[in-house]
Amino acid sequence: MTKLAPVLSAHWDEKDSFTIEAYTRHGGYKASAKALTMDPDAVIQLVKDSGLRGRGGAGFPTGMKWGFIPQGDEKDHYLVVNADESEPGTCKDTPLLMANPHVLIEGCIIACHAIRAKHAFIYIRGEVTHVVRRVNQAIEDAYKVGHLGKGIDVVLHVGAGAYICGEETALLDSLEGFRGQPRLRPPFPAIAGLYARPTVVNNVESIASVPAIIANGAEWYQGMGTEKSKGTTLYSLSGHVNNPGQFEAPLGITLREILELAGGVRNGHKLKFWTPGGSSTPLFTDEHLDVPLDYEGVSAAGSMLGTKALQIFDETTCVVRAVLRWTEFYKHESCGKCTPCREGTWWLVQILRDLENGVGTEADLAKLLDLCDNIMGRSFCALGDGATSPITSSIKYFRDEYLAHLTNGGCPFDPVKSTLFSGVNA
Amino acid sequence: MAYTPEQLQVMDSMIKRYPRSRSAIMPLLHYVQSIAGYVTNEGIELIAKLLTLETAEVSAVATFYTQYKRKPVGEYHVGVCTNTLCAVMGGDAIFAALKDHLGVENDGVTADGKVSLEHIECNAACDYAPVVMANWEFYDNQDVSSAKELVDSMRKGTPKPPTRGPNSLVTWKEASAVLAGINDGKAGEGLQAGGPTLFGLNLSKEGK
Ligand SMILES: Cc1cc2nc3c(=O)[nH]c(=O)nc-3n(C[C@H](O)[C@H](O)[C@H](O)COP(=O)(O)O)c2cc1C
Ligand code: SF4
Ligand code: FES
Repeated sequence: MTKLAPVLSAHWDEKDSFTIEAYTRHGGYKASAKALTMDPDAVIQLVKDSGLRGRGGAGFPTGMKWGFIPQGDEKDHYLVVNADESEPGTCKDTPLLMANPHVLIEGCIIACHAIRAKHAFIYIRGEVTHVVRRVNQAIEDAYKVGHLGKGIDVVLHVGAGAYICGEETALLDSLEGFRGQPRLRPPFPAIAGLYARPTVVNNVESIASVPAIIANGAEWYQGMGTEKSKGTTLYSLSGHVNNPGQFEAPLGITLREILELAGGVRNGHKLKFWTPGGSSTPLFTDEHLDVPLDYEGVSAAGSMLGTKALQIFDETTCVVRAVLRWTEFYKHESCGKCTPCREGTWWLVQILRDLENGVGTEADLAKLLDLCDNIMGRSFCALGDGATSPITSSIKYFRDEYLAHLTNGGCPFDPVKSTLFSGVNA
Repeated sequence: MAYTPEQLQVMDSMIKRYPRSRSAIMPLLHYVQSIAGYVTNEGIELIAKLLTLETAEVSAVATFYTQYKRKPVGEYHVGVCTNTLCAVMGGDAIFAALKDHLGVENDGVTADGKVSLEHIECNAACDYAPVVMANWEFYDNQDVSSAKELVDSMRKGTPKPPTRGPNSLVTWKEASAVLAGINDGKAGEGLQAGGPTLFGLNLSKEGK
């Protein structure tokens, strides 16, 4: 049985965990003080050696990303923290920032030093007023005691409700004051990012993981996790389970283990399907309970670790309804820049609606797959690819359920049964 | 509505936060929304003037983002998460019940201007599903009756406090000012973390 390993979440149970006093009490800002005495390249090397990989979805090695920033080029460099957290199911950065914003700020100081940047921007989604308060206050307090303002500045930038702004180049356009639409890559942000300057874009959890790595060393971090997926991470469990929540564990833990810790799928029910890393990662079923939840393990089983957003659905849930709703989300959030995604998601919704209402035909399933095939790999950014994941994976595992809508003349499920208050308060 | 010298000074300080002035467009939009309750034409004109842009350029940005409203919303703007997980677990039922209870459709405002209603996407609180937001504060683990009580308390002018947020619910305009980056002094209020956030940590302390 894999043991939980709280590092990021270690002190969240203390009432004042979000204050600078609490953070300092637990050794906060010692790692940045240490890093500032190190050669920037040595900091990058240490992060490389730790094996830390990006927690924003793709798992790109963080130290390597920092190493791409050209050195000695006399240009301004920028660090941009991606706190847009909007991928359906993903709910780790928000509680992290609510409970301990200072660990992110300390991480920003270290990262800025490493990549020779004087400015960091934290781009946070706009729909979380209290989290904005906490981060804003933390920045103010860090200035007051002099952690910020002596060569490194941090600016909080609040978004305004657009999922696409989580995509790193759309985020940069948004931060520059434009509509948030993805840019063509290359050039990658490391060469031409914010204001066309060398820029590192990292997820909140990636940057927040750095202070502990500096404090405890690369070997300590390497000692947790699996061969190519090092360290601990926040797994966010939600849905039809007895105890949803955050489970910080070494990479490679399985859903079976996490479910056991969480008291299992809600009583009297059984697991039907789940997402390993948000709605853009292909669905898994009860066949996948023992897949190691690390980057390689989940890929080998046909999905992606993504944001480790484990959304659990039991047998009362109609998979067609679930997939239609996610598809409506992608259609709504498509930025409209490229045709396969803009038009394709529109058609996917039309066909799925018909299928849900039992008015389609079996040929519509082939049409859905054909549309997905034309979106996947042909869209400008990964939103389009992500939109196809729930559809192709659900048809793979639950084809019969789609067909049952047709023979039944509509959805065979009772939506009341899948609510948490089924029978009460409905 | 003319802007006061103090307000113009606040806007100037927002522009100064950035290496390039155009980056201030989003906080400025949040800020004009905090003054009028929505993004007015005057607000757009002022932002264009401050940033030396065309009004069409500012409008193009304002209309891209769903949080900027081009018409008034309620004093308390309620969002029900109807993305898949919340929808399945009760969000659809809550949204339908609130429409009926308030007598409004999606994006509607009650006649007294107190409450507006919108269905929203995943708000990064799935471990607290079903989730309702008001002025973008968290109301976790809702059901149909608790959500009705919540909007009733708003209509009476005594809104229930958020479950993870400040001690009392601020108004839409006040919340918009926070999103513009203005510190309202309430960061220290409320829980540091709710039960689900701490569930794994507590287990680990039991040696799990
Ligand atoms: C549609 C879309 C939405 C995304 N949303 C987020 C997000 O909210 N937060 C995030 O960190 N990364 C998000 N990403 C991934 C980013 O583009 C980027 O890879 C990431 O911020 C890099 O950080 P990391 O290397 O630390 O993982 C998104 C990607 C896409 C295509
Ligand atoms: S794939 Fe979709 S979101 Fe991405 S650029 Fe194309 S239209 Fe925009
Ligand atoms: S699905 Fe509702 S908060 Fe995530």
